[in-house]
This record gives sequence, C-alpha cells and structure tokens, in this order.
Amino acid sequence: MESKSVLLVGVGGQGAILTAKILVNGLISEGYDVKMSEVHGMSQRGGSVSTQVHFGKKVNSPVIGLGAADILVAFEKMEAVRYAPYLKPDGIAVINDFAMESSTTAAGLAQYPEGCLEAMQAHFTCLVLNAEAIAESLGTTKCMNVVLFGGMVKALGMDDIDWEKVVAETVPPKFRELNLKAYRAGYEAVEKAAAPAKAD
Amino acid sequence: MKHLMSGNEAIARGVYEAGVLVCSAYPGTPSTEIFENLPQYSDKLYCEWAPNEKVATEVAYGACTAGVRSFTAMKHVGLNVASDPVYTAAYNGVGGGFVIVSADDPSMHSSQNEQDNRWVARHAKIACVEPSDSQECLEFTKAAFDISERFDMPVLLRTTTRVSHSKSLVEFGEREEHVPGPYEKNPGKFMCVPALAYRNRAKVEKNLAALEEYSNTCPLQKVEMGDGKLGVISASIAYQYAKDAFPEGTSFLKLGLTYPLPMELIRDFASKVETLYVVEELDPFMEEQIKAAGIKCIGKELVSPMYELNPQLLKEQIFGVKPVTVDVGVKPVSRPPALCPGCPHRGFFYVMSKHRDYIVTGDIGCYTLGGSAPLSASDTSVCMGGGYTVAVGLSKAFAATGQKKTIFGVVGDSTFFHSGMTGAVEIIYNNADVIPVVLDNHITGMTGHQDNPGSGYNLLGEVASEVKIEDVLRSYGYKNVIVVDPQDLTAMQKAVDDALASSERAAIVCRRPCLLIKRIKHDRGLCVVDTDKCIGCKSCLRVGCPAVMVKNKKAFIDPNQCVGCTVCAQVCPKGAISRKES
Repeated sequence: MESKSVLLVGVGGQGAILTAKILVNGLISEGYDVKMSEVHGMSQRGGSVSTQVHFGKKVNSPVIGLGAADILVAFEKMEAVRYAPYLKPDGIAVINDFAMESSTTAAGLAQYPEGCLEAMQAHFTCLVLNAEAIAESLGTTKCMNVVLFGGMVKALGMDDIDWEKVVAETVPPKFRELNLKAYRAGYEAVEKAAAPAKAD
Repeated sequence: MKHLMSGNEAIARGVYEAGVLVCSAYPGTPSTEIFENLPQYSDKLYCEWAPNEKVATEVAYGACTAGVRSFTAMKHVGLNVASDPVYTAAYNGVGGGFVIVSADDPSMHSSQNEQDNRWVARHAKIACVEPSDSQECLEFTKAAFDISERFDMPVLLRTTTRVSHSKSLVEFGEREEHVPGPYEKNPGKFMCVPALAYRNRAKVEKNLAALEEYSNTCPLQKVEMGDGKLGVISASIAYQYAKDAFPEGTSFLKLGLTYPLPMELIRDFASKVETLYVVEELDPFMEEQIKAAGIKCIGKELVSPMYELNPQLLKEQIFGVKPVTVDVGVKPVSRPPALCPGCPHRGFFYVMSKHRDYIVTGDIGCYTLGGSAPLSASDTSVCMGGGYTVAVGLSKAFAATGQKKTIFGVVGDSTFFHSGMTGAVEIIYNNADVIPVVLDNHITGMTGHQDNPGSGYNLLGEVASEVKIEDVLRSYGYKNVIVVDPQDLTAMQKAVDDALASSERAAIVCRRPCLLIKRIKHDRGLCVVDTDKCIGCKSCLRVGCPAVMVKNKKAFIDPNQCVGCTVCAQVCPKGAISRKES
C-alpha cells in the first residue's frame, strides 16, 4: 500500500496527542510502520496544536506539508479551517462541531469566524460530529477527543482493528471505562447517521 | 519486540544502554523528555536536574574526568549558556565518554531563535552526530560515547524538534557496563592552564584529523546507490524528508557523523551521480564545506535556509512542484498561547497592566505570556536571567538621559535559580533603580513541570532541600522582601506600592503554586456571572483569561475552563461575578 497521513488538530489540552497515540498503537498492532510527530512546549498553553501520523509498509517523514494529508481530524472547527490547506483536495475531514474561543476572540480583539463547518463541507468530504454533546451525555466533555475518534473509525471503515482493546490499553487505567464509553458512543453516532457525503 | 518511542525517549534508553553513570541537565523544549525518561534507569545511573545548563555540563564533565561515562542535554539556546565548559572540555579531552545533546528548534516552535548548533561542534572542534529517527537516536547515542572515548573529545549529539518529538519504532539492546578503575589524579590533562592549553591546541587538531579519517569509514555514514542520475547528501530529519521528496532511483549519502565531514566519501559519492544535491535544514553547514572542497553541488540555491522543511516543501523548492491545496474561503483568527485559567502569574501582570508607565522587563517561561494582549505588560524578553540585568541597563540608560521611570525586573522561580541570582546581585551591587520580582509558581512550568531548587523535590521526585528565594534575596542585602499571593489583587497592588515606597532595598516574591502541579491539592471552584448585575463593560476581559468571554453583550465564563481563581471577579466593578465551590 501507499503510505497514508492523518493530521490531528485542535487546541492545546483537547487531547490530540492522546488520540494520536490510540491511532498509532492500533496501526502498530496491525503491523504497519508508523511515524508520529507532535509539538510540545509553548503551544500547549491554549494554542493551536497539530499532531501528525504517517503510516504504511515503510514510512520516512513523520511530517507532512501542504496538500498532503489524507485525513484531517479536527477537535475544533476553526482549527479545521486553519489546517484545511494541509488536506488533499480529495482528502476526508473529520470535524468536531465545537467552537472554542481563542484568547484573542475571548478578549474581544478579533471575531470568531462564521461558517467554518459549512466552508469545510463545501470543499471536502466531511464527517461532522457533535462530540461535545455526546461527551457531555457521558458526564464530561473531556472525553470528546475519543468520541470523535470512535466516529472516525466507523466513518472511515477502519473496523478491522480491535480499537476497544487499543483504547483500553492506551489510556490511563482510571479513565479506561469512560474512554471506552466515549469510543462506543462516537462509533454508534456515526453508525446511526448516514454515510459521509460531499455537500454541494 | 519493538517499542514506539520519541527520539528523546530513545536517547534516554541509549544513555542507559551505553553504561552511563552520571547525567545532569536543565529542562528546555525540545530536549526535556530525555531526562524525564532517565529516572526509570536510576538503579543503574545517577540523574538530576541542575539549576542551569552550564552547571549541568560541568557536573557531567566532572564525572567524566573520573573516568565514568557522563551525559548532559539541553535545548539549542541552553548550549549558549553551557558553552564555556564545552569549549574547554574540547581542549582537555575526556576521561570517560562525554556526550552533550543539543536539541535545536527549527521554526521556533518553543524558542527565541533558530540557531543551528552544528556550527558549535565545528567551532569547539568536537564531533557532531545527528540521528534521523528514534532507532538512530538510541544507536547513535551509544556510538557517540565510543567516539568520545576513542578520539578523546566531547561529542555533540544534535537533534531537532522533529527528531526529538517524533515517535517511531525502536528495538532495544542490552546495557553494557563501563566502570572505570579507582580515581587517579591527572592535573596534566584536566587543568586548563595556558601552557597546557597551548599543548592541547595541537592535540585537538590531531584528534580531529584522526576523526575525519574515521568519518570516511564510520558505520554511521550510509550509502544507498540508485541509478546514478540524482544524488542527495543529507542528514538528520532532512534525510527523511528527502527520501519522500526525491524520485525513485535517487542515490543517497546519509550522514550520521556530520562533523568532521567524510570528504573522501563525499567526493567518491559525488563522482558516481550526475547531479548532486545537499539537503539540510537551516544553515548550509555541510554544503559550504563540500563546495569549499571543490565538489559541485546544489543546496541553498533552492532549499530554504529558514524554518522547518518537509517533503512537500522540498518538492516545491527543488522540482517546482507546487502542492495542490484548497482554499475554503474562511479565515481563521490567530490562537496564540495564553496564561492558563487560574494561572498565578495573571494577578501580577494585571496589576502591571494598570500602570502603563511602568517598565517591566520579562524573561523566559510561562510568564513571557504576560506580554501578550490584553495584559501586554512586558517591555522586553531577551534570555534566561535577562529579566533582571536588562532592567539594570535600562535604569542606567534612563539615568544617563534624565528620564524618571519605574522598573520591575521579572523572573520565574526556576529562572531565578538558573541565572536570575547573579542579576539580583548586580541590581544591588551597582545600586540600580530596579525592583526585582520573582514569579514563584514552584515549578519549571513552560517545559512541562520539572522540579527546581525552589520546589523541594528533585528529578527522581524525592524530597530535596528547598532553597528559599526570600532568604537568598535577604542575604544579598534586600532588607525588604515582600512575599505576596498574586491572586489577591489588592494585596498584589499593595506589595507593589510598598516596594516603591520602601526606604530599604525592596524585592517582591509572588508566590502561588501552578495549578497544574499534580502533587498539590488545589482549591478549585467555578466563577459564574450574574447577568442581571453585569453591565457588559468588559472589565473582566482585561485579565486575559481564556475562560472569560462575552456572550450576548454580557460576560460569560466557560465552566469547562474556569477553575474559580476569582481574578475576573475582583476586577468586576459591579460585583457581578461570584465563585461557587465545586
């Protein structure tokens, strides 16, 4: 197979790195060569963050450039727009229908842009999930990253990996049950909805 | 079995396997996780956080003079701080193997500059080794110790952010013990007096010449011959990018030992390809030396010397293949990092922001963010420790130009121990009109929570001597050291006023532990807005808290982010914000 790239983006603290770790552990269990890149440090303090996963039979670069991602997973919708130039024109976007103010918009120094979701849907094949609402129904919005991940697994037909086992083994034991529920809830939400379709 | 590891984790494993006995470092992104991953091997090696990179390097080098393998790691600008002992260690040579990691940060994800520290290896006349993935991080670390001992020099193991923080699969080896015999004095080797330095000068050249010869046959250099049309010389992460960017059939000379360069090997490789490219991130370090040797190649004519590369950028810069991207037509607004909700630094910077005439010289740490809007309460941020010393320079400049200004020099607790202490002495010794402030959140924050001499714990998490910042300041002659909780804005303002009115030398210690410290039980709550009382004046937005925003012309506090610190409530003129216990 040709190698594939997944770009996971969000806001520092949303759990992009943990989600990428789940993804990577699953891919390794299937025998793929995997490289994953993340950035630590200053951006974690409420900044925009991205984590990249490159997998295939043998992969070289852990990092991808513009127009090179096969899948964009966005935990926040303005971040989806920010990283859209990294997605291949025929790539798939998995987006959390969730807005998070930035320090500039919260302080009233800038306006949070309208129509992020619609703009993405107009140009890419998108799966949109309100992971916040689903996570909230489970008791905490903190697990919306894994909800979105569950949705992505179903939408992209990545069922051949035993993700529940991977989730259970990747997350800290005290959050195991919560994350398993989150994974299943995201998966089922997409199962119920229609398959992703390109909007006009 | 293979393990998924970051480059930093793999270097830590390499240090363990290389039989290293003494390790010392100061944290700095992207190097920090190397030392965070050493305590797991602490039954076999000693590891510590030192107050700064120079101290760490000297500790490690001291151990090396006793014949044991020793190790230090730092971010690229940390090597600036540590350069004094590094350059001398290059002349003296080593006892046991001595390896120094420089983790460079192309694109400045978490740094103030983009310096390419391969030049330091060349300048200091020591070997430079560059891994390109996690497996190489482990193996090259071990090889670096062998090179250090064989050629009697420190070795610079240079990574970049993408090598340090990318994860790939790693296969482990076994630890090999390197235990020296009993200590033997050797002042003829380790005393850097001029006469010995004069002698060592020639030794350094001899060792470098021997190392260059070795570089040509060293197993860290790999030749992958293709069809002979295109050839690429590359190293570090740029090699991985080039592998993806160049067409099939391209030949590669992939270098692991990049200083001194294997010029004979390069000459031979160059003769076997029609067009030769040198692909390296940042400066034309290899390219200039290759061109100076009379070998024709293409490098920075096409490849940018600035910022990170990636496969798509290389395709565009070298082959003119523009990436196909989609413009969705919506412009995202910037999302800069900000002080966290409940950050203890907020109170100090809020008080400073009320006095725009004050000069605030900042430093390096989470509190650098006090300079961001809307607080915008910092005039300068230069380097670790500069918060005090830059203030002294400003005060002298104002005195020389007849300007009356109020200056606060600001450093964090970890920075105080790193290099703020000497600045605090400078203020008092040269009678500068500066009030030193320590924002003591009891942890080294921005790098991800490492202990320091003021936190009361060491790298292993053991209880350590807690050096009291106020005691240090008093011993210097600051007779009026005001310790204040910065989250109490009235007290914070009073501390500032008292310091300014003080007839004795004053200093301020703003003390409140970072909310993210796990070992401390924090008193969390939740602030809520009474929308009937709120007049929509936006005073609360001026504290710059990510949890505070405006919805429908009234203040709104995001319950998912708020921790109940009440700073916003304290600035509300109508008492519309109150705290609920959670």
